Amino acid sequence: MIEIDLSQNALREANQRLQAVAADDNARRFLLRNPRGAHAVAAGLKAPIEVTIEGHVGFYCAGMNQEADVILRGHAGVGLAENMMSGTVRVTGNASESAGATGHGGLLVIEGDTSSRCGISMKGIDIVVGGSVGHMSAFMGQAGALAVLGDAGPSLGDSLYEARLYVRGRVESLGADCKEKEMTAHHLDKLGRLLERAKVSANPRDFRRYGSARNLYNFKIDNLGTY
Amino acid sequence: MSQRPKTPRTHPRASSIFDAYALSEIRRAAATGVYDIRGGGAKRPMPHFDDLLFLGASMSRYPLEGYREACNTAVTLGDRFAQKPIELKIPITIAGMSFGSLSGQAKEALGRGASTMGTSTTTGDGGMTPEERGHSTQLVYQYLPSRYGMNPDDLRKADAIEVVVGQGAKPGGGGMLLGQKINERVAEMRTLPEGVDQRSACRHPDWTGPDDLEIKIHELREITGWQVPIYCKIGASRPYFDTALSIKAGADVVVLDGMQGGTAATQEVFIEHVGIPTLAAIRPAVQALIDADMHRKVQLIVSGGIRNGADVAKCLALGADAVSIGTAALVALGDNDPRWEEDYQALGSTAGCYDDWHEGMDPAGITTQEPELAQRLDPVAAGRRLANLLAVMTLECQTIARANGKSDVRNLEPEDLVALTVEAAAMARVPLAGTDWVPGQGTF
Amino acid sequence: MCGIVGLYAKRPAFRESLGAHLATMLVEMSDRGPDSAGVALYRPTTTAGTVKLVVYGATDFDWPALKTALAGAVDPEVGLEQRGNHAVITARASLEALRAWIAAQHPELRVVSAGEIIEIFKEKGHPRDVVQHFGLEGLSGSHGLGHTRMATESAVTTEHSHPFSTGRDLCLVHNGSLSNHNRLRARLKKAGVDIQTDNDSEVAAGYLAWRLAEGDSLEEALERGIGELDGFYTFAIGTKEGFAVLRDPIACKHAVLAETDDWVAMATEYRAIAPLPGAEQAEIWEPQPGRIYAWGA
Repeated sequence: MIEIDLSQNALREANQRLQAVAADDNARRFLLRNPRGAHAVAAGLKAPIEVTIEGHVGFYCAGMNQEADVILRGHAGVGLAENMMSGTVRVTGNASESAGATGHGGLLVIEGDTSSRCGISMKGIDIVVGGSVGHMSAFMGQAGALAVLGDAGPSLGDSLYEARLYVRGRVESLGADCKEKEMTAHHLDKLGRLLERAKVSANPRDFRRYGSARNLYNFKIDNLGTY
Repeated sequence: MSQRPKTPRTHPRASSIFDAYALSEIRRAAATGVYDIRGGGAKRPMPHFDDLLFLGASMSRYPLEGYREACNTAVTLGDRFAQKPIELKIPITIAGMSFGSLSGQAKEALGRGASTMGTSTTTGDGGMTPEERGHSTQLVYQYLPSRYGMNPDDLRKADAIEVVVGQGAKPGGGGMLLGQKINERVAEMRTLPEGVDQRSACRHPDWTGPDDLEIKIHELREITGWQVPIYCKIGASRPYFDTALSIKAGADVVVLDGMQGGTAATQEVFIEHVGIPTLAAIRPAVQALIDADMHRKVQLIVSGGIRNGADVAKCLALGADAVSIGTAALVALGDNDPRWEEDYQALGSTAGCYDDWHEGMDPAGITTQEPELAQRLDPVAAGRRLANLLAVMTLECQTIARANGKSDVRNLEPEDLVALTVEAAAMARVPLAGTDWVPGQGTF
Repeated sequence: MCGIVGLYAKRPAFRESLGAHLATMLVEMSDRGPDSAGVALYRPTTTAGTVKLVVYGATDFDWPALKTALAGAVDPEVGLEQRGNHAVITARASLEALRAWIAAQHPELRVVSAGEIIEIFKEKGHPRDVVQHFGLEGLSGSHGLGHTRMATESAVTTEHSHPFSTGRDLCLVHNGSLSNHNRLRARLKKAGVDIQTDNDSEVAAGYLAWRLAEGDSLEEALERGIGELDGFYTFAIGTKEGFAVLRDPIACKHAVLAETDDWVAMATEYRAIAPLPGAEQAEIWEPQPGRIYAWGA
């Protein structure tokens, strides 16, 4: 395990080093200490390495992550794992706004809560939240799955495309064109697998499923109120 | 009985405000209940570069000989922070237009033409295609609110990154692509269902404001190893503040797009009634650069209605470092060409006016995904035509520069210009021709 | 666009170093606010019946002469402490009398804050320099707010810097951008509120002061503000007793809160809180949109 103390080493050098690791390098496990709220920690990773971060980070931690497994033992600021392509990012604490924003793939697990816009514009990423999510989560969600064990704030799934949303707790309100949908055996199975991959224990049957009503897919005068 | 003399009739008089266009639009709205959507930029008359004139050479100022006495046109963009700035041979680039709004053939043609002339093209609100990367020697990759197709591999393949805050046609609006143009390939690139009417977000999903943009730009640099320049594109709105804030946020280049700048599709009201003319945006932006001691250190690219070398020269004279063309480039490729007049008429329009690009039925094969139509465009021939236009624009700009005694087109300055109208004089902050009066000198 | 910070001492022992900690927090927010900086420090160092005024003068202003004149005209035991180009005046008199005298005798001086314990210092320049200029590191206080500015739509001048104070012991700092401040400014001016700049944040401060003067509680005034102030904002408001934090319902401008047994802190970015003693073990959370959080206030 290679340790990098961010209070002693420049973040830029640390990130460059992490980005330079090749898939077949022997040294592939890293521990970053003392991030102290720095931004873009472990951003732009592109190989199957393991990076553990101890402490709280600022914005865009693990931004555009590819293939790496990132574990954050602390809280994250805005845009955690934004635009992630593959790999996994796990946070033991809370995440802030726009966690997993526009993510294309991979798995993001937040053991605590997130604030607003979790999974905004998601494009294939899978997100599992152990706590609750704030308002406008999964706004314009295009693809992927968001599973929330806690509650969801107002306007969940506003302007949703094809992302699938599962919430176990209370949904304060649904956004435009988002509605509750039937949990079939197929969905229970998919959700079960997702929770398993996320190593989060919960019974899929306790969740409700939400998806796009698909009324806003084509412009119509009758939808004037929603625009 | 005697015949009464015929009373002379007064001439039928059309209203200047309820003109043919306004009347037809009211009728269309009444029939459909939906706002009008179209492509292109602002079409109504407004102060523009034609209202400015260069002074040229005279008793006190001497011209350079054409050809023999060099007039440099090269410009370097983004040398503030990037390790690999963009080196352009000419001060004219191709503006961002998406694959999706344009056909693959059109994107290829743009790449070919631009590369021939040693300048850059820009991706649009749909991501980077391999063809585009292959055909453009210098490719600027747009980073938009929608993030369609955004990925770090393409980010690292780009020669520059353009963070789009807005565009001149719709400052405050997001992208729009209607179902007709969302075919299988476009749908896959954008992760959307085929045939859906794409609505794009108007704000970025993970930052709002220049203070947070600074953090985002930092992240983009970390991901790309601080190699490439980062541009910030803004629709002309509050150009002084917007430019100042882009500088503070850490941008290497500011791209300012006036209301004449085109779009693939948006509401007509947005295009015509939001945003300010290109002419009015340049001096305030340059002033912000000067006030921050960043003029020529953070470069300014201006777009929105640039049509010829005179427009280029005027933008440079007002303080820009380069310009970007969109509509002119498409016209060079063959957009709105009279050879397709029959087809335009069938669509209810005529060559030179056709702007329903969102319908995907473009007879010129440029703003369409229909294979039969797209095939009408030969990318190689069209690329040559674009290269020709760029060459002419550059030569025209050089001609003007030499006539004003400049050995470098960027030595053109505001004092080389006068205005024909009070509005243009005020907006460009140059005197009315034959006078020393510059109207409206206020704060910005 | 800016950085805002706030710090509240829960235990008296923490008050001693409050200025130093606030200074550190402020400098951490320099990147997002390089144009100017300001702090409002609440320093309950005066006795009952004493008022406090902070004024801003030219660099070569004759402060000792001012003190002498004040001693003669207002209060023989007037206190005057110079800090950079600001001065903290304490006197046993009414605020109105003190302000009137200064306005008449020294109209070139600008009143930056007024009340019983508040001290506001703000200046153009990099936060690092501003902090040094006022000797913030050596000052104690019960609570304080700070602001680093990246000017959006108004000029970079000292007057345009935050915190804005439009009432006794009252101040406001703002991160974000209001969209209807111009019409509101006209309304407030008509209602008699003194607004000096074209800055949107000053309108928010003026609005608050107006509502409080009309009899609203702080909470009522802020509730009403959510309805009347349009745009994006995170506000931190300082009162004599404490401070409050409010985010608009859309909540695009980040804010973090943290609490230990010794302090409560607020900042636009966590990294401003990270240097505080005990930050690693602090309870950390994010203020929810449209909800008023208050300590002491």
